[in-house]
Amino acid sequence: MPETVIELRGIVNQFGTHRVHDNLDLDVYRGEVLGVVGGSGTGKSVLLRTIAGLRPPQGGSIRIFGQDALNCPESERRAIDMRMGVMFQDGALFSSLTVRENVEVPLRNLGGLDRQLRRELADLKIAMSGLPYFAGDKYPSELSGGMRKRAGLARALALDPEIVFLDEPTAGLDPIGASAFDELIKALSDTLGLTVFLVTHDLDTLHATCDRIAVLAEKRVMYTGTMQDMLHIEHPWVHEYFHGPRARAAIETLERNA
Amino acid sequence: MSDAPSRNIDDTSLTAAQPLRRSERAHMHKSGDGWALSGALTVRSLPEILPQIEALSGDLVALDMDALDMLDTAGAYALVRLQKRLDQAQRRLVLARTRPDHAALLERVAQSLPKPDTVQQPPRSFGQIFETLGRKTVEMVRFLGALHAMLGLFLARLVYLIRHPSEFRMTALVHHCDQVGWKAVPIVALMGFLIGVVLAFQGSVQLRQFGAEIFVVDLIAISILRELGILLTAIIVAGRTASSYTAAIGSMKMREEIDAMRTLAIDPAIALFVPRILALLIVLPILGMIANLTGLLGGAMMAWIELGISPGMFLSRLLDDTSIDHVIVGFVKGPVFALIIGVIGCHAGMQVGGNAESLGAQTSSAVVRAIFMVIVADALFSVFFAIMGI
Repeated sequence: MPETVIELRGIVNQFGTHRVHDNLDLDVYRGEVLGVVGGSGTGKSVLLRTIAGLRPPQGGSIRIFGQDALNCPESERRAIDMRMGVMFQDGALFSSLTVRENVEVPLRNLGGLDRQLRRELADLKIAMSGLPYFAGDKYPSELSGGMRKRAGLARALALDPEIVFLDEPTAGLDPIGASAFDELIKALSDTLGLTVFLVTHDLDTLHATCDRIAVLAEKRVMYTGTMQDMLHIEHPWVHEYFHGPRARAAIETLERNA
Repeated sequence: MSDAPSRNIDDTSLTAAQPLRRSERAHMHKSGDGWALSGALTVRSLPEILPQIEALSGDLVALDMDALDMLDTAGAYALVRLQKRLDQAQRRLVLARTRPDHAALLERVAQSLPKPDTVQQPPRSFGQIFETLGRKTVEMVRFLGALHAMLGLFLARLVYLIRHPSEFRMTALVHHCDQVGWKAVPIVALMGFLIGVVLAFQGSVQLRQFGAEIFVVDLIAISILRELGILLTAIIVAGRTASSYTAAIGSMKMREEIDAMRTLAIDPAIALFVPRILALLIVLPILGMIANLTGLLGGAMMAWIELGISPGMFLSRLLDDTSIDHVIVGFVKGPVFALIIGVIGCHAGMQVGGNAESLGAQTSSAVVRAIFMVIVADALFSVFFAIMGI
């Protein structure tokens, strides 16, 4: 059995009286690409933020790399955070810094690296994210949405994290850009041995990149399994999601290409 | 619950196999003819080990990678960089017994090595300094032109609205009058009062030396009615209102709301600019009058306390000796200042681009420009009135 890097048990997330997650359990295994799907308002992004430590849940336990991530000293939490990277929906790049300086921020935080090496490593990460060299000198506002996402990924990968969280990586990209991004995620997760936690609506991304899919419904993770497993689930929402016209088109394209 | 078994897995395999990354170290030692790397070659251990790696010498450097537990992109980059440098010097680096996953990573890094393609900027020459100066000058002329275009747009739409009164937005006008005028009354009144107090106090100290205390009334009346009342009111309104106009219009511009208005056949000039600038035109003179009144009140109070000039005496001196011209001179400036502030605020709002920094930059520059232009206009008025002998 593969090793569990993230273990959620009984997570409760609540906004006022509105309960988003109720007794939610989820395991993420090392080296896999896990896609999280669910209708609007089922708390996919809330779940991502909860694991990434941006939002303490009202109940439950989170273990990351085998450590209790909720009740641990600040320094241990920071050590956990340094082994994880988050790519936000629109990159969330620091707007007053160039792309290269953005990628250098985590490296600078680490200390010990001299300027030249830091710059070269940042350039390497920018290139590995599929951006042209000149993008490093640009400010985030000068880049297109797809390039901003790639730059956000480069920053998330700056310290070679073991887990990467991607929030809607292909939302707002054109189909060509989106499938290029899918390939990038797949290639990086293979060569860097990344564990990827991916929140998406994009069926093509699910097909192309995810080893396993977790469906959020009725305030918890209803089902987990491969794409094939999902096709045989009878739950009305899941059925509609994976058998709707868009899903059929996505599956057909993949089968034709295969 | 189901958490018991998986927690066991964590406790045994995970924490034991994955020590915290903080303690990562890499080591290099001699092994046979070449060298061997061991430990973790990562971004955290790199600063320490890099000098040793870079110092590897010999025509054929062999590096045994078998004992290397961990390699990340930073470590791989250091090796690839070394390999490339040795290649250029007609020497070779051979990595022996590399684990398959490390080899894949090394290859990936080698493939995606960035290729710098930026050209070096030539140093600034003498001509370029002139070019910059020229560009700045043209920019400034263009800016002044754009301000006039905004003023023209406002006047044109105002005339249009006089002919088509049904399209006029009364609610917006009243709302802005409330925001810009009514809500600014306390601060303007307090400011005027304090200016009157300060003038009376400073004036009395100086005038007492000549036994000409009574002239403090003229001093206060002329300086407040003619200059300070309206000027300081305009400066306060510029700070309060120019920024809020720029921020409101700018954030609408940023979120493409103004483009949406245009596609819905709503003229942004009629919907946004006219009510705002018109509101300023109406309330700024009123605010100036309020500042005048409270200024005189403060001055009279201070004159009474400090010099013993009774309110009755102050009033009769004020009415007898101070020409109504001073009030008119001050009053005439009000609408001009209002136009300057409103036009600059709306124009800066329309200059906001697609990001939040430009909103902040435009907001602060709108305030600076508005205050500056108000003072410039005031100076021009002084020159004009001096020549006209008013």
